[in-house]
Amino acid sequence: MAQISITINGKSASAEVEGRTLLSEVLRDGLRLTGTHIGCDTSQCGACLVHVNGQLAKSCTMLALEADGAEVRTIEGMANDDGSLGDIQQAFQDHHGLQCGFCTPGMIMAATSLLRENPKPTEAEVRAYLEGNMCRCTGYHNIIKAIMAASGQDVTLAAH
Amino acid sequence: MYAFDFERPSTIADAAKALAQDDAQALGGGQTLIPTLKQRLAMPTVLVSLSSIPEMRGICRSDANALCIGGATPHAVVARDGGAFPALADLAGHIGDPAVRTRGTVGGSLANNDPAACYPAAALATGATIITNTRQIAADDFFDGMFGTALEEGEIITEVQFPIPQAASYQKFNQPASRFALTGVMVCRYASGVRVGVTGASEDGVFRWAEAEAALSNSFAASALDGLTLDAEGMLGDIHGAPQYRAHLVTVMAKRAVEEAAT
Repeated sequence: MAQISITINGKSASAEVEGRTLLSEVLRDGLRLTGTHIGCDTSQCGACLVHVNGQLAKSCTMLALEADGAEVRTIEGMANDDGSLGDIQQAFQDHHGLQCGFCTPGMIMAATSLLRENPKPTEAEVRAYLEGNMCRCTGYHNIIKAIMAASGQDVTLAAH
Repeated sequence: MYAFDFERPSTIADAAKALAQDDAQALGGGQTLIPTLKQRLAMPTVLVSLSSIPEMRGICRSDANALCIGGATPHAVVARDGGAFPALADLAGHIGDPAVRTRGTVGGSLANNDPAACYPAAALATGATIITNTRQIAADDFFDGMFGTALEEGEIITEVQFPIPQAASYQKFNQPASRFALTGVMVCRYASGVRVGVTGASEDGVFRWAEAEAALSNSFAASALDGLTLDAEGMLGDIHGAPQYRAHLVTVMAKRAVEEAAT
C-alpha cells in the first residue's frame, strides 16, 4: 500500500492505495464522492469522467497513483460556492438534459471541458465532443441543447 | 486486475532501470493497457509509468523539418500544438474521444501497434524515425505484424520524428463504437515522392500501399488511383466489415485523402 495526496475539489485529501487501485475507486470508496459514476468500467461510457489538473480523464481508466499530487475536480465540485447549480448544471435542468441521471456527472464534466476549449461550439462540435459519453435515455438532443444554451447561444432551433 | 507494484520514475534512465526487472511493463497513458489489465489479459509484476518524465514530453520542429514529439506526449497536446504538421495534428485530434486524448500517448500507440490505430499509419506515411532509449528505428523497420514491433523487452520510445510533408491528409472511416479506425489512410507528399500508410485493413497490421505510392508520385490526383484495387485476401473481417469491404474502403479513403491534401 502507498499513500497518495490529491487536491479534491479544492480541498486536500489523502488515501491509502494499491498499485492497481483506480482513481474512480479512491473517489467513490475512499473519499465517498459517489457522484462520479461507474457505468461500464471498460473505458467506453464516460460516466466516470473527472478533471485531473484541468484535463478531462476517465477515472476508471487511470490508476490512483498516477493522480498523486494532482488537482482533481468531480461533479461534487461543480456547483457554485453558495450551493446553487453551476451554469451548465442549471442548463441541464432547464432543458431537461437528463432522464435517469446516471450519465449526467460525466456529461457535465465533458461539457465543462468543451466550453473551456471552445466557448461557442456548433451543434456538430458538441456532438463530436460527446463521442465518449453514452446516455441511454435522452437520445442526446436535450443534452446538446443544454450545452449550447450554457454557452449563451440561442437554442430554439438546436437539436431538432 | 491482478496486483502489481507501481513505479513512477522521473528520468528515462530510471525508467529503463525499473523496466529491467522481471515481468516489468511500461505504462503510457493506459487507455489500452488499463482495460487489458482489468480483463486479466496481462499480468505484469511491476508497472512503470512514463507519465512523469519531462524529457519525454513536448513538441518541437527539428532543423531537418521534422515534427519531433516526445514519446509520452498526449494526443491532445499534439492536436493543440502540432500546427507545423496540420494533418498530424488533425489525426491526433480525432483519436478515440476527448478523455482518451488527454491521457493516450504517441509512444504508447506505436508500441502497442493496434491493427486499427491511427498513429502507425502516420509513422509509415511519413517515414518517421522512432527513437528509443537505446537506438533509432526507421518506421519501415518498426512494425512487425498485428501488435508486434521491433522493440526489445524494456525498450522505451522516447521520441518520434515525423518529417513534415509538402501536403498530407489522414482520412479515417470511423468505427463509432470502438472509436478506432474501421479503415484509415494517410497520404503524404514529399519532394522525393508520395507515401501512403494504411491502418485498420490488413491482418498483418499497418502497411504501405506501394502501387498507390507509385501512381500518386507520378500524378498527385485522386484519379491516379482509378482502377487500383487491393486483394481482399489477408484483409481484416469482422461484424463491422468484411475483407472485401475493407479492401474497397482503402481506395475510397486514399482518394479522399488525396483530394483533401491537394486543396
